[in-house]
Amino acid sequence: MVYLTRKAEFSASHYYHNPELSAAENQRLFGKCNNPNGHGHNYTLEVTVKGHVDPRSGFVVDLKQLKEILNREVLDAMDHRFLNKEVPEFLHQIPTTENLAIAIWRRLSPKLTQAKLHRVRVYETPDLYVDVYGEA
Amino acid sequence: MKAHLTRRYRFSASHRLHNDRLSADENRATYGKCNNPHGHGHNYSVEVTVSGPVDPATGMVCNLVDLDDAVQREVLDRFDLGNLNLAQEFANAVPTTENLCVAIYDILRRAFRHAHLDRVRVEETMLNSFEYAGDAAPPE
Repeated sequence: MVYLTRKAEFSASHYYHNPELSAAENQRLFGKCNNPNGHGHNYTLEVTVKGHVDPRSGFVVDLKQLKEILNREVLDAMDHRFLNKEVPEFLHQIPTTENLAIAIWRRLSPKLTQAKLHRVRVYETPDLYVDVYGEA
Repeated sequence: MKAHLTRRYRFSASHRLHNDRLSADENRATYGKCNNPHGHGHNYSVEVTVSGPVDPATGMVCNLVDLDDAVQREVLDRFDLGNLNLAQEFANAVPTTENLCVAIYDILRRAFRHAHLDRVRVEETMLNSFEYAGDAAPPE
C-alpha cells in the first residue's frame, strides 16, 4: 500500500453561529468567531489517498485526475466564498474546521475510484488543523 | 465521523542533559555538547492532538478556548522561559525531548478532559521531533 498526498489552498470566510442558542450563548461559545459579518482564512487542504502502485503506470492515482476532482468538488465550491451562505453543507451546519474536513471527505470519497481516500487534513491556520479518516 | 484536531503551541526553555548516575566522562560521551554544565536552550514547538465526535451544537470536537487554557496553564506557564532541569517533572529524569514529550502528554492527560488526548508531538529544533501517544513506561 502506498499513500499519496496532494495539497491545495483556498481562501474563504465564515462565522460561527447556532440559531438554536441565544445571542448571549452564541457569544459565550464562539467569542470573536460569532461576528455575523464573518472573517476569513487561507485554508490548506491535504488529501491523502492510498492504493497499490499500478505496474503499467507506476501510479497510485493519476494526479491530473485527482487535481481535477479536488478543483471541481472542493475549490470551485469553496474558494473565495462565504461558507455559511454559499456552500450547501453550511446553510444549516456551523462551518468549523471539523465540519469542513468532514464535508470535504463526503464530497471526495465517492468520486475517488482509482484509489481509496485515506485522510483529509484541513489547516485553518498553520497552527490549527483537523484530520478525518471517514467512519473507520 | 470522528475528527482529530491538532493545535500548535510554542515555548522556549533551557536544559542540560546530564545523568547524575553516570561519570563525567560517560555523560560527555552520551550527551556531547548537550552536557555543557551551563546549559543551552531551544524554541520548542508542541503539537497537541485531541479527538472525538463533532458536537452538532457547536461543530467542534472541543472548544479551543478550553484546550488553549489547559495548555497555557499546565504546559506553557510551567515550562516557558524556564530551566527544564529545575522543573519537578525532571527532578529524577533527564530533560531530553523524549522525556519532555511524555511529561507533557501525562500532564495533559490528567488536566484536559474535554476530548480524548491522541498524541503530543514536540519539535526541539526544525530537524528533531518526538511523538508520544501514551503507554510508554514512566521515566525512572
